[in-house]
Amino acid sequence: MRIGIDVGGTNTDAVLMDGAAVLSATKTPTTANVSEGIATALRRVIADSGIDTAAIDGVMIGTTHFTNAVVERKHLTPTACIRLGLPATVCLPPMVDWPDDLREIVGGNAHLAHGGHEFDGREISAYQPEEVRAIAGKIRDAGLTAVAISSVFSPVNATFEEQSAEIVREVIPGANITLSSEIGRIGLLERENAAIMNSCLRQLAARTVDGFKAALDELAIDAPFYISQNDGTLMNADFAKEYPVLTFASGPTNSMRGAAFLSGLKDAIVVDVGGTTTDIGVLQHGFPRVAALAVDIGGVRTNFRMPDTYSIGLGGGSIISPHPLKVGPQSVGYELTEKALVFGGDILTATDVIVAGGSEDIGDKSAVADLNAEMVAAAQARIMEMIAIAVDRMKTSATPVPVIVVGGGSILVTGAIEGASEIIKPQHFPVANAIGAAIAQVGGECDRIFSLAELSREQALEQAKAEASERAFNAGAAAASIEIVDVEEVPLAYLPGNATRIMVKAVGDLLGG
Amino acid sequence: MRIIDEAVLEDLALGAAVLGTGGGGDPYIGKLMARQAIRDYGPVELYTLDELDDDDLVVPTAMMGAPTVMVEKMPNGDDIVNAFQSVGKYIGKPIKATMSIEAGGLNSVVPIYCAARLGVPMVDCDGMGRAFPELQMVTHTIHGISSTPFAMSDERGNTVLMETISNLWTETFARSVTVNMGAMAMIALYAATAAQLREAAIPGTITLAEEIGKTVRRARLEEAEPVETIRRSVGGFRIFKGKIGDVQRRTEAGFAKGDAFIDGIDEYAGQRLQLSFQNEHLAARIDGEFRVTVPDLLAVLDVDTGEPITTEGLRYGFRVAIIAIPCAEKWRSPKGLELVGPAYFGYDTDYVPVEETYKPQA
Repeated sequence: MRIGIDVGGTNTDAVLMDGAAVLSATKTPTTANVSEGIATALRRVIADSGIDTAAIDGVMIGTTHFTNAVVERKHLTPTACIRLGLPATVCLPPMVDWPDDLREIVGGNAHLAHGGHEFDGREISAYQPEEVRAIAGKIRDAGLTAVAISSVFSPVNATFEEQSAEIVREVIPGANITLSSEIGRIGLLERENAAIMNSCLRQLAARTVDGFKAALDELAIDAPFYISQNDGTLMNADFAKEYPVLTFASGPTNSMRGAAFLSGLKDAIVVDVGGTTTDIGVLQHGFPRVAALAVDIGGVRTNFRMPDTYSIGLGGGSIISPHPLKVGPQSVGYELTEKALVFGGDILTATDVIVAGGSEDIGDKSAVADLNAEMVAAAQARIMEMIAIAVDRMKTSATPVPVIVVGGGSILVTGAIEGASEIIKPQHFPVANAIGAAIAQVGGECDRIFSLAELSREQALEQAKAEASERAFNAGAAAASIEIVDVEEVPLAYLPGNATRIMVKAVGDLLGG
Repeated sequence: MRIIDEAVLEDLALGAAVLGTGGGGDPYIGKLMARQAIRDYGPVELYTLDELDDDDLVVPTAMMGAPTVMVEKMPNGDDIVNAFQSVGKYIGKPIKATMSIEAGGLNSVVPIYCAARLGVPMVDCDGMGRAFPELQMVTHTIHGISSTPFAMSDERGNTVLMETISNLWTETFARSVTVNMGAMAMIALYAATAAQLREAAIPGTITLAEEIGKTVRRARLEEAEPVETIRRSVGGFRIFKGKIGDVQRRTEAGFAKGDAFIDGIDEYAGQRLQLSFQNEHLAARIDGEFRVTVPDLLAVLDVDTGEPITTEGLRYGFRVAIIAIPCAEKWRSPKGLELVGPAYFGYDTDYVPVEETYKPQA
């Protein structure tokens, strides 16, 4: 049996699952000390189901705690950055694109050293150990122990980052070091930003993960526990202490994975209808399709692989103006239960239109009995058209695909969606995130530029797949269960030797999970 | 004369993406470089060509190479200064100002870095009025201005100076040296006097990019129709609105080429537009017939936000509006069309100016 927990900004949700069955589910408010809320949620799901805690094989936790720390500028450890790449990159030193307040909190302690590689693996300049040693001394003298190390084209060759880390460890015993090559992809500033944020968050991560452990101990659960990553896979507790930055944006990912699980579909469109917006995402092989664009976290640009979602201003609280007909994007939001007509308010909302149309019976139906039937029909048609256009925008081909509808506002979906082969509204949709956490697997990635002049395309793909599989194995996947779930090739303009960027993702079941 | 400060820079980079017609490189890194230089060294003076004396020497600066490399191995900063100063040293005369050779995309903002660092002004003009993939494709070539003395510098301090017999040869040699330098180099080229530029350059393009950026920003704030607002601000033509269907891509000789097929919606329902691209959007055929081709500009915009969509960003299901913008008049000369007309890019059609195909639109 597994327990999935989603620690959101407002609610902490938990589910207890036995294989594919949801035995119990609960929602409690998130507490300032995150562990307390988790303990409460755990206590409830266990009590509701009456199981023995010894029967629990694993606890999977998804949390926005670390993202919020960056957004709120709280609990961040001052961190130095060493970048290897001189004489290149001087005009844009580390943290150059950070908001001033965040750079100040983190300390703005940035250093450039020689090293780095070209796209084809040549060295930009010779690596100079003594230079790095001198920089490490300065960092130590400034009283810092958290260090991020980046090197130009380190996704192609990470040797200089690794050698520098050894030196920093000699100079600053017990230093908290993050290498950019362990976290990010091509795009130096974005990858370096992620590495710096990771070192900033490690102290908080250690405290938080220990807090999670304490909550489990309190309930005498000695099963291993895992934390969700942004790509929908898991990391174990020790790994999470080392790489807290990898939890960024795990929320939407878990929600989509949960939808996949609840519906039993691996390839589908997920439509998550909330109070104000509807988010549409795409499941491919059971995982969310990731966005190609850079993503800002707390004003800092990163290149994390975030789910590619498209949002429209449509939800249960969307305000409807009848003449001329307009649906949203303004919404009564969380005040729906006071302001909508069916709840005794005086604002016409999407929920009112659905109730008037007769497909749902919520609140006081008589409050919408006098609405013009033509207008109601037109508004419902408009809502379905908005969803259909958004769904179509996210599709990759004209072939009809199944659409999974989740979220509190899913009553808005009343008819067929053009381009959808079927529409599924699964059970337990309010706790889809916690379910997504509970069912997660472990994974590994490879993202590199290959020169197809030296390797054949097949050889390059094989190499990339092997690297991704090895990383999945190192992350705790059972070797036999590892499979390649995503392969993307991007030919690069203006580069010689048929340079191609290859991105591969492998996932597998947790060893012993 | 007016001042380019941080606020102007933001609008300029946004507008440059529209003029980039789907290519030209992401202005983000260039914008950061320019912003940092403005913070460290102060804002940049932007002169019109008329404000310069006839003999004032202007040397454009730019980045050449793979945009993918630029986001990883960022420039040193001295490299662009070296390239710029090497050309001046070789000519043996003081350089008055720098300018953008390509107002679309990344190279619209790269010269601002050089200008801020050296305290030299920038001139409000460029050599394309848009983005093009090769370095001989500038209006300077039409007017017989040589790209050489051509300087290209890397971050190590190497500078390669060239004298060539034609701008096409400069492109050929520069392409090889760029690879040796790590698939990216900073370049200075097409030195010319203000008197020559009044004939050869396309005036006012930096201001144009800034105005477009300002328009997009305001339209977004006011939630007004961004596509129509952009079209009016550039004097463009609505040519299509539709949904992207199939996108076919291929790499040929280092260029990312391909075609996107777009199915018409609303008043264009039932029609199909074939958009052909090579780094930039180059030609549009509707139901098999060429309607707009290079050198006129094709901007593919998100129907709702007006966000320009790059050639890499073309994806199934996107709803796009396509507007055509008349190119600079200089490109319509026989010499101009020889350099960048449909035939050069392998399209078997004669060039017809967009405003002859389409009626004026309010």
